[in-house]
Amino acid sequence: MCLGIPTKIVKINGSIAEVEIGGIRRKVSLDLIEEAQVGNYVILHAGFAIAKFDEEEAEETLRLLEEIGI
Amino acid sequence: MNPEKILLAHGSGGKITHRLIREVFLEAFRNELLEKLTDSAVFHVDQGKLAYTTDAYVVDPIFFPGGDIGRLAVCGTVNDLAMSGAKPLYLSAGFIIEEGFGLAELKIILRSMREAADEAGVKIICGDTKVVPKGSADKIFITTSGLGLIPAGIEISPQQIMVGDNVIISGTIGEHGIAILSQREGLKFSSNISSDVAPLNHLVASMLDVAGNGIHVLRDPTRGGVTTTLNEFVQGAAFGIKIYEDKIPIIDGVQGACELLGLDPLYVANEGKLVAVVSRDFVQAVLSSIQRNSLGVNARVIGEVVEEPKGIVSLVTRIGGTRIVGMLTGEQLPRIC
Amino acid sequence: MRYLDEFQNPKIAQGLIKAIEGLVDRKIVLMEVCGTHTVAIFKHGLRRLFPTSLKLLSGPGCPVCVTPTQNIDAAIWLSKQKEVVLTTFGDMMRVPGATGSLEKQRAEGADIRVVYSVLDALELAKTNPAKKVVFLGVGFETTSPSIASAIYTANHEVINNFWVYVCHKLVPPAMRALLESGEARIDGFICPGHVSTIIGSLPYEFIAGEFGVPCVISGFEPLDILQSVYMLLNQIKEKRAEVQVQYSRCVKPEGNEKALSKFNEVFEPADSNWRGIGVIPGSGLRIRQEYSRYDASLHFEVPTHQVTEEKSGCICGEILRGIATPLVCPLFGKACTPEEPVGACMVSSEGTCAAYYKDGGIIE
Repeated sequence: MCLGIPTKIVKINGSIAEVEIGGIRRKVSLDLIEEAQVGNYVILHAGFAIAKFDEEEAEETLRLLEEIGI
Repeated sequence: MNPEKILLAHGSGGKITHRLIREVFLEAFRNELLEKLTDSAVFHVDQGKLAYTTDAYVVDPIFFPGGDIGRLAVCGTVNDLAMSGAKPLYLSAGFIIEEGFGLAELKIILRSMREAADEAGVKIICGDTKVVPKGSADKIFITTSGLGLIPAGIEISPQQIMVGDNVIISGTIGEHGIAILSQREGLKFSSNISSDVAPLNHLVASMLDVAGNGIHVLRDPTRGGVTTTLNEFVQGAAFGIKIYEDKIPIIDGVQGACELLGLDPLYVANEGKLVAVVSRDFVQAVLSSIQRNSLGVNARVIGEVVEEPKGIVSLVTRIGGTRIVGMLTGEQLPRIC
Repeated sequence: MRYLDEFQNPKIAQGLIKAIEGLVDRKIVLMEVCGTHTVAIFKHGLRRLFPTSLKLLSGPGCPVCVTPTQNIDAAIWLSKQKEVVLTTFGDMMRVPGATGSLEKQRAEGADIRVVYSVLDALELAKTNPAKKVVFLGVGFETTSPSIASAIYTANHEVINNFWVYVCHKLVPPAMRALLESGEARIDGFICPGHVSTIIGSLPYEFIAGEFGVPCVISGFEPLDILQSVYMLLNQIKEKRAEVQVQYSRCVKPEGNEKALSKFNEVFEPADSNWRGIGVIPGSGLRIRQEYSRYDASLHFEVPTHQVTEEKSGCICGEILRGIATPLVCPLFGKACTPEEPVGACMVSSEGTCAAYYKDGGIIE
């Protein structure tokens, strides 16, 4: 139920966006997030984007993980 | 008078039925045996073991990316024969058609069946058609039975599986199931995934050429996917099977759709792939022979038959963990084939 | 695939596991609150990689599992009302109530439809003005803002044939109830990742502050979970208790303010009954006065259904409270299987029992 996956916005039409993951596309509502742009990643849950995905933070987390992990 | 739709009268057995059979079914499937239009098709077979199978096809929707119910009805039955090592020879085809079904659609489906049969090198030599009132069937249901001849000396069955055998998958998984789902109302995702529905008998013949009984068992992982097939092998057996997540071939689109829908691709249906359990001595030869075929370019060894734990299929995850992958529990995706 | 594959790097995973082994010198009990985490831990085979003195408990974070039977029975009652189309997430279809399940009701002719999103239900209402579309609202804070958005939109566009039967719940009050009961020993919490994208990290502060229990808000990929466990073990070793965010790429401490504002516009907290736990104050939601015309329980005057006792032998309650695992349940794998479930924990795809069963039920 808490299934949420990172998807990339490929098109925006008002408050509806088309997002893409692995070549699969879906329409989602942007009603719950601010200022999304084409190219942003968002977390998709039950037809809504519920969070913006911070790519810099993702890279930072991966960097930290490499440090701990090796 | 040329009706555009199938009517109840088409199933009555009278003049209209005979016209339908001659002008539509015979026209599509034409061969010397079928042309005789006798009650049974009569033919000689060489001495040896016969393989015989049947399947009903109720896939929804009837037309999907990569194929249709007709192609599925031929390939599914051809593949069942091929999985026993048999050379498929003849198919029968029974049709239950809903009153009002379009004649044009019927012709497309029959043409698909003919094309698939030609690809496989089989003939459809007998058939039957019934028409039921509107609402008593959903558009069209097809049942095909198939007869094949097993080459002398070939003995393929789960009883042949031994500890130490390798498990091969002939290509990328999950495409048929996802192609069907992408057409279902309510799931609302768009994809460019096509069903992999294809006849595998030539592929199997080339595998048998290089390995004979070095191939212990073959099965096509249709409903329930690869995991269900592997579980069928280990049920009550004195061995288990271990597979490796990072070796399983899968295309991005199927991976993405499965993430989106919360599905495990290992449980999603395939209609143009086979799982082979092969003696270790023959693995390389078999793998190469599959990869030389256009239907098997992505074939991989994905696991092995192990002594323990018995009766269980386990998966080594990408990060080195282990999980058990059991039989599909709960609701299968309805009308996937 | 981007941002999923990188968080499954096997080398880093192995390194993290070694680091975790170095930090576990006695029995430590961590609770993963969220059902999606339970599933992820099984899916990646993490349980068998942890040192044996590290115990992971599953918690009450499965919204389907904690919906009480009287809500199921009320949903069934609603589906029988004239012109009603009952729409629901798929997971709710097979949950047993006292009077059956939605799946059985559909087989008997009730118009019950599975939807992927509340927006599908709203669309159904718009395109079928003669029908009364009721949406069964189940889920935690990850989901309820989207239901708030749908109600807000219905109000704005004057859609008059749409209602929500609200069964939504809140996670932090349930965590408080677990700690206050003192039943389960919990040395640290793996906090839900997607709930926290909405509520942020502040609502968990009381767990560290009042109860001294460390919290880490975790993502769902294997490296996320491993890093979160590593962070919790470090807090425990250093005798710290704070709320840390591992899932920083999606969770901000202040949460998602836009989602929260819509959420608070439409909903207010209410007491709520959790299956297997009982009534937890302020742990559920109610539609506010201004939007009450969308409240199905008011509009249809849904009669109060009795709370039914769980079938004898079913210990879903203890499993949800973290004091038992499915392995000690007398019904697990015998009378209670995914095909014939007795309790909600076996029905839901995120239920603890379903997860254990799928893994062969022979873990540990």
